[in-house]
Amino acid sequence: MKNNPVIIDLKNISVSFDNQKILNNISLYIRDGEFITLLGPSGCGKTTTLRIIAGFLQQDSGDVIFEGKNINGVPAYKRQVNTIFQRYALFPHLNVYENIAFGLRLKKWKEDDIKSKVSEMLTLVNLKGFGPRRIDSLSGGQQQRVAIARALAVNPRVVLLDEPLGALDLKLRKDMQIELKNIQQKLGITFIYVTHDQEEALSMSDTVVVMNGGEIQQIGTPLDIYNEPKNAFVADFIGESNILDGIMKEDFTVEFNNIKFQCVDKGFKKNEPVDVVIRPEDIDVVAPEKGMLQGTVTSVTFKGVHYEIIVDIDNFKWMIQTTEKSEVGDVIGISIDPDEMHIMKKSQYSGLYGDYSSFSDEFDELSQVGEE
Amino acid sequence: MKKSSFLQKMLNAPYMLWSVLFIVAPLIMVIYYAFTDADGNFTTNNIAQIGDYTNTFILSISYGAVATFICLLIAYPFAYALAQTKASFQGVATMLVMLPMWMSFLIRTYSWITILGESGVINRFLGLFGIEPLQMLNTGGAVILGMVYNFLPYMILPLYTALSKMDNSLVEAAQDLGCNKFYCLRKVIFPLSVPGIASGVTMVFVPSVSTFYITQKLGGGQITLIGDVIEGQFQTAYNYNLGAALSLVLMVMILICLGVLNYFTDSDDDGGVLI
Repeated sequence: MKNNPVIIDLKNISVSFDNQKILNNISLYIRDGEFITLLGPSGCGKTTTLRIIAGFLQQDSGDVIFEGKNINGVPAYKRQVNTIFQRYALFPHLNVYENIAFGLRLKKWKEDDIKSKVSEMLTLVNLKGFGPRRIDSLSGGQQQRVAIARALAVNPRVVLLDEPLGALDLKLRKDMQIELKNIQQKLGITFIYVTHDQEEALSMSDTVVVMNGGEIQQIGTPLDIYNEPKNAFVADFIGESNILDGIMKEDFTVEFNNIKFQCVDKGFKKNEPVDVVIRPEDIDVVAPEKGMLQGTVTSVTFKGVHYEIIVDIDNFKWMIQTTEKSEVGDVIGISIDPDEMHIMKKSQYSGLYGDYSSFSDEFDELSQVGEE
Repeated sequence: MKKSSFLQKMLNAPYMLWSVLFIVAPLIMVIYYAFTDADGNFTTNNIAQIGDYTNTFILSISYGAVATFICLLIAYPFAYALAQTKASFQGVATMLVMLPMWMSFLIRTYSWITILGESGVINRFLGLFGIEPLQMLNTGGAVILGMVYNFLPYMILPLYTALSKMDNSLVEAAQDLGCNKFYCLRKVIFPLSVPGIASGVTMVFVPSVSTFYITQKLGGGQITLIGDVIEGQFQTAYNYNLGAALSLVLMVMILICLGVLNYFTDSDDDGGVLI
């Protein structure tokens, strides 16, 4: 994958609507055969980026390069990219077969070839025998499959997926994630996937592009993004994070809560202010006297695999995921390995995220729904 | 099983009464008159006489079809363009489309006489250049014009409704799969607007076929359509029985025309009002 040629190259793309900057100087390249995900909250510009690649939208400035050729201004119907829409956008006046054959008929394929291609596609998406069915007789999951088959039938070089699983229920979504990933690997086609679901992004992608406010925050493999977030926004958006104000005293030594700790990061200036990220699952709960820090438990939630506890340490609320049971009011100690303290440079997002004092599950869910 | 409550029945009652009084009862009376003679005896003579009016029926349906087709040609591009504009403008524009309908149908038709007549606005204007007055009034063209002018809004509104609520992502999907603008229109937009077309055609065709006022005022008695014949039977000849028979046959023919239309459009989707 790393050596595959670049298929799409976005150079300094900017877009504004009504004087509001939607994309601010985005640059991104995508390799042939890659599964790349644009991840971010609503309004971050991920769908806009996709629409520019599809040709539905013209950028104000910057270039879109497809296999070395500038395709600025090339209309959507001439581009070798196909989109799988969020609400499927299947043609209601055509049956399943004709929907999948739609692009092939425009390419003036012979009827026999169309027939074999459509049946190949129906097999690929597990809808054998569904050809004569009406679109409105299908369930959401089945419609999604038809949309996938329709986009793949025309042999696109790149498939664009705009939150394709957003309308499905959780169980179906998980199944479809695996299926989509299998299809992508089997066909070896480049997938550009847009989602606000970080779990979906991490589990499916070769590369994740985290976006916010019309800018790219970080590009990397799912592991990089999770383990080495570049700033507080990324750390908070991908999974849960405790983000603390710290000072890098010297290489391998960071100070927070007025205590110096050993860490594995280096290359910062002496006494440089930094953000320290510690994942809730990386924190060990120990007896108070054995802990590096001590605090009082203020909330305990049973999550099935683990307990999620909120601990007040010097007026900063930490989230800890642990299998050890504790009660509200307990005083506990915590222990963190040096390689689990991740040090980030200060950014515009410092101080905005990573404190669980106003944390509640309901609040979290509400803000998730708001992003739909 | 859901039983409708007493309140529901009470609320429905006026509409049921209205339907019986003004739809069912007149229909029964039309059928009654059509199959009886002046003394109230059963007869099929009235229906048998219809054969004499075959040409008038054909002429009426032809005029209705031409007017409907012209309405469709004018209304479709207009409705399509309107559906693309800003929402605020769409509100104003649809109101402007409906505005003429607030005026009396009779006055609107009558005013065309002063425009098309021998000493009308157009001929006087042409006279300035020394052109002889054209015979525009009392022609088939004037009748068609009257039908198109009067019934155009009934074509525009259902088309506009169908086109404006079309999901734009369907158009994008079509482009995405290789459709240029023309193919988008032909393969997606047009087929999806068929229910709107069916409604519009119905609402223009039916009044066009049965009109008599437009033919009298703008056709000047030169063109006799079936509406004129029916009116004549009731108003002049006082032959209610033949008039009723003609009405009944006209109704059946319109139903057949619409049945054929619906068969080809297969519209079970909604797209405006379908009578």
